[in-house]
Amino acid sequence: MIPEPVRALLFYLCAGLALAGGCWVAFARNIVHSAFALLATFAGVAGLYAFLSADFLAVVQLMIYVGGVLVLILFALMLTSRIEEARVSNPTIGLVPGAVVLIAVSALLVYACVKEFGGTTDLPPGEPTTAGIGDALLSRYVLPFEVISVLLLAVLLGAVTIAGGRLRKPAPGGKPGKERP
Amino acid sequence: MEVGLTHYLLLAAAVFLVGMVGFIVRRNTLIMLMCVELMLSAANLVFVAFSRELGDEAGHVFVLMNFAVAAAEVAIGLAILMEIFRRRRSVDADDLNTLME
Amino acid sequence: MNIIQHVANLLIRSVFHADPASWPWTWLVQAVVIGIAAFLAFAFVAIFAGPVSWIERRIAGRIQSRIGPNRVGPQGVLQWLADGVKCWLKEDLVPAAADRPLFLAAPYLVFTGMFGAFVVLPFGAQVVAADLNVGILYLLAITSLVVVGLLMAGWGSNSKWALFGGVRSAAQLVSYEVPSAFSLLCVVLLAGTLSTQGIVAAQGGWPWDWFIFRNPFMFAAFFLYFTAAIAEGNRTPFDLPEAESEIVAGYNIEYSGMRFLFFLFAEWANIWIMAAISAFAFLGGWQIPGIAPEQIAATKGWEFVGWQALSWTIFLVKATFLVFVVIQIRWTLPRLRVDQLMITCWKYLVPLSMLMVLGVLVLLALVPEGGGADTILRGAMVGLGLAVVLVSALRVRRTFRVDREHYREMEGRDLWYPPYRLP
Repeated sequence: MIPEPVRALLFYLCAGLALAGGCWVAFARNIVHSAFALLATFAGVAGLYAFLSADFLAVVQLMIYVGGVLVLILFALMLTSRIEEARVSNPTIGLVPGAVVLIAVSALLVYACVKEFGGTTDLPPGEPTTAGIGDALLSRYVLPFEVISVLLLAVLLGAVTIAGGRLRKPAPGGKPGKERP
Repeated sequence: MEVGLTHYLLLAAAVFLVGMVGFIVRRNTLIMLMCVELMLSAANLVFVAFSRELGDEAGHVFVLMNFAVAAAEVAIGLAILMEIFRRRRSVDADDLNTLME
Repeated sequence: MNIIQHVANLLIRSVFHADPASWPWTWLVQAVVIGIAAFLAFAFVAIFAGPVSWIERRIAGRIQSRIGPNRVGPQGVLQWLADGVKCWLKEDLVPAAADRPLFLAAPYLVFTGMFGAFVVLPFGAQVVAADLNVGILYLLAITSLVVVGLLMAGWGSNSKWALFGGVRSAAQLVSYEVPSAFSLLCVVLLAGTLSTQGIVAAQGGWPWDWFIFRNPFMFAAFFLYFTAAIAEGNRTPFDLPEAESEIVAGYNIEYSGMRFLFFLFAEWANIWIMAAISAFAFLGGWQIPGIAPEQIAATKGWEFVGWQALSWTIFLVKATFLVFVVIQIRWTLPRLRVDQLMITCWKYLVPLSMLMVLGVLVLLALVPEGGGADTILRGAMVGLGLAVVLVSALRVRRTFRVDREHYREMEGRDLWYPPYRLP
């Protein structure tokens, strides 16, 4: 069993990684740096999942977010040419209302965290979760599971429709379709 | 100091706030999309923390659903963004203020 | 109990004279032992990568009717040391226009992604760094770090060739992850566990107990996985990210010195990893014929060490054989075009691998393990496997004979060392 100070240190490392990465994503000038900082956040959150003994989720988080979502975002970044962003602020909303919203929501959240669920509790030791998740998905939560698969199918079709609208039908000579200018 | 539920909740709140502020302040739609991902991650973290606290697997199931939703959102969002970029040569939220060209 | 806890407990008992269960510093000793194990795995990558790079160059030379490196040491066996020292001493250049932090960080990310996979590879009966219960999923997940690293290198170099290479590589890895994941899913279905050691334990030492010969769908899944893994490793015929004739060297074009070496290491480690995954998921891993894993775990002292070494050797032989197959494929087949690459993946490999998952599920439901139908299926698949081996052996023999005739005509003497002649 790992003693408490080491556990706390590991927790703060992961938490710091997630938070610092998040700040970098939101406030970095260079958009590509933002996207790569997202990697730090995802890795930090995956570490926290592992820390909460959600081993299956930690690995799936790495697989879906880093291997899928982040790579997609990077592709989109590299395909849109104007990557350097001069201004950080958004003129239509601005920093002042943003700060007001920030203070209000943060007060609410901190109140909820500390007041409602205050004090530290000793978390029970974790067990492997994979089998339990599988059972839950195919028994009690089978309807959401099916709905999610329908959603993913819809997304597949939608993405093909949006992206495939640009493709011409193949020419009689059997040459592949070209992009329209 | 012992790490407990409150720590996870506070961290999730912080990540959520960073994502929210980024979403409001930035004007590049790609960054806004990334900030939405940050907020989703924060929500997932809360689910997992409570799942551990209560010893209930339901939180893990919800997080898996969230993963699917996040992946779907990014796939469709980026497809739309690419299409917009192809027509307007810009992905700034401020430039996207007309319904028709 | 794995070998790391064994060693840690042994250390605590003999050096510190304490009881490992109650001693407060057990975790620290375990952490140190894990660190040493990590270093050994690291050294294994380096030592494996070196000689195999020399062997590959010699084989390539043989296939292309040239000599290959033969100057440093007898027959050039020390060539890899010379190359390593050269790369080490070279200046670490950063292009002036490069995105400096990304350029500097990328090799480490790629290397971490590759090296992380070694944590769960089951080298022997108890020789595994960490037997995670989500092992095989972890293998698939940690490789995604490589994708991000390659994109980082491509973008950070600020060179169009590097960017092309990085984007091509990422597209390829993301696409081919689907068929390889589906093929491994077949294995998980049969084994009923995600743990790598569990998958090995679900097989047996004899070929008819291996997953590849379990049924026709597994046989096909093995080849699907192997193809997809070659593509994921950016090896010919799928080496578009490094296509010399098109984009010079791909994502690593701007790198020099040690950072370049990191990319090379990652590539070599990747060959080893894909061969090892194929070996433990389909070919029985370290299983020794006639000995059950429980019997090995029950032994003590030097007997235990001996069985571990034997299982380790068996695993190593299987994986190394597959590494040679990969090398031979690389120097035999021409490169695909980008559209052919994507068609191969999305139109053939992905539907086929889904079919294999369905087939395995149907057979799991219909054919009870150990029954008559199961025995017939296994026997037929082993026969098919033997036929494949036999046919390829006969072809090699015929090619070698023709080669020897030509050699005799040209040189007037016999070819003395089949089939990789050392001039």
